[in-house]
Amino acid sequence: MKAARFDYHCAGSVAEACQALASHEDARLIAGGQTLVPMMAMRLARPALLVDIARLSELRTIEAHGGELVTGACVRQAQAERDPLVRAHAPLLARALPFVGHAPTRNRGTLGGSIANADPAAEIPLVLVTLSGSVDVRQGDVSAQVAASDLFEGPMMTLLAPTACITAVRFPVWEQQRIGTGFVEVSARQSDYAYVCAAAQVALDADGTVLRCALGIGGATAVPTRLSDVAQALTGRSVTLELARAALAPAIAALDIMVDAHASRDYRRRVALRFAEQALMAACADATAQAAGARS
Amino acid sequence: MSVSLTINGALRELEVEPRTTLLDALRDEMRLTGTHVGCEHGVCGACTILVDEEPVRACLIFAVQAEGLAITTIEGLAPAPGELSVVQDAFCEMHGMQCGFCTPGMILTAHALLKGNPDPTREEIVTAISANICRCTGYGQIIEAIQLAAQRLAGSNMPEGSL
Ligand code: FES
Ligand code: FES
Repeated sequence: MKAARFDYHCAGSVAEACQALASHEDARLIAGGQTLVPMMAMRLARPALLVDIARLSELRTIEAHGGELVTGACVRQAQAERDPLVRAHAPLLARALPFVGHAPTRNRGTLGGSIANADPAAEIPLVLVTLSGSVDVRQGDVSAQVAASDLFEGPMMTLLAPTACITAVRFPVWEQQRIGTGFVEVSARQSDYAYVCAAAQVALDADGTVLRCALGIGGATAVPTRLSDVAQALTGRSVTLELARAALAPAIAALDIMVDAHASRDYRRRVALRFAEQALMAACADATAQAAGARS
Repeated sequence: MSVSLTINGALRELEVEPRTTLLDALRDEMRLTGTHVGCEHGVCGACTILVDEEPVRACLIFAVQAEGLAITTIEGLAPAPGELSVVQDAFCEMHGMQCGFCTPGMILTAHALLKGNPDPTREEIVTAISANICRCTGYGQIIEAIQLAAQRLAGSNMPEGSL
């Protein structure tokens, strides 16, 4: 299996990458290439020009400012997994990263690449949607910010034009002291595509009352789904399994669930409900275990 | 295109098509055939090499993307010609291979694991090699070989970090 012929351009700046992208109808960006290269090997993708942005140092920074954790689009997944800022400020991302592919692909794969790829089973898009993050996008000379809730349009489809380049990824930082996270996933083999995954982040006060809650489901729906109503229903309450179940049941029942050869609609719906519960309860237990101020 | 690659410490200049994977460049251009070709799309781990000491898939990198990266292949592990590294030796002794197809990838993965984590649990070993498929051994002896290598390294008087 060999890729079809293409031209290669290693970009020296984001502006140059955007120019190169616009210069050719079949140009595509490459960063980590951990999804694109196999697609090219199988000739499911045949770009005429590859524009490499992996070497742009301005796309490889990790910073926390203005209430957000801002990572460059080309930060490697393994780098983010080890980063103390990520752990402190986007604990749900840190929790989910070990589920992304496996170590050898995380050593090359990037955060922005996984988001641009928009696989419905992918963990990083799920975390971005769950936390209501956003991406910075550059197209030609124009820069814009796109909210995660607008970004994903369907399996492997984003709102972005083929000439657009994601430059940064923004995860909101929660200010509360006791923050806990939960992430649950099922797949055929370790590190394989998730049939269903669930992500939860909660902040509790000293009495165990939910101050803030974010909850999302991946793999089951065409795009990652944020369960905002459930999160809202649980805020201000002390979460028990019964309460979580009561809030989740109607929300999961209303979802438009995908079906494929690996998992039926009923299976995915059942698992989505259980995983959402488990992720929530795990997040609450994690937050309870945090001594106040441990993450500050 | 011309590209310069740093392989097992030596700088090599070569001419490749952009579509040549690092895997094909290593094998066909540099005759380093210890890196094996399995699936060519990132699934099997036979092509595992180390980039900056971390395992990656050589079939998922085009050679032109690898300019300047520090690459280690299985040929770069042994301390001297005719000798074996501690991990390689442990694989021989525990019968950590049958056909040997997965072995270079397994050994490099184990090498990277033990460098960062000299005393891994069985579960950590299993997680580390979960990206590598072996169709022969059933994995049992591979895990035992890595455990033996860890033991030997712990008992040796080599400076920390040298395997
Ligand atoms: S040949 Fe590279 S992973 Fe199979
Ligand atoms: S020894 Fe034959 S594939 Fe592992």
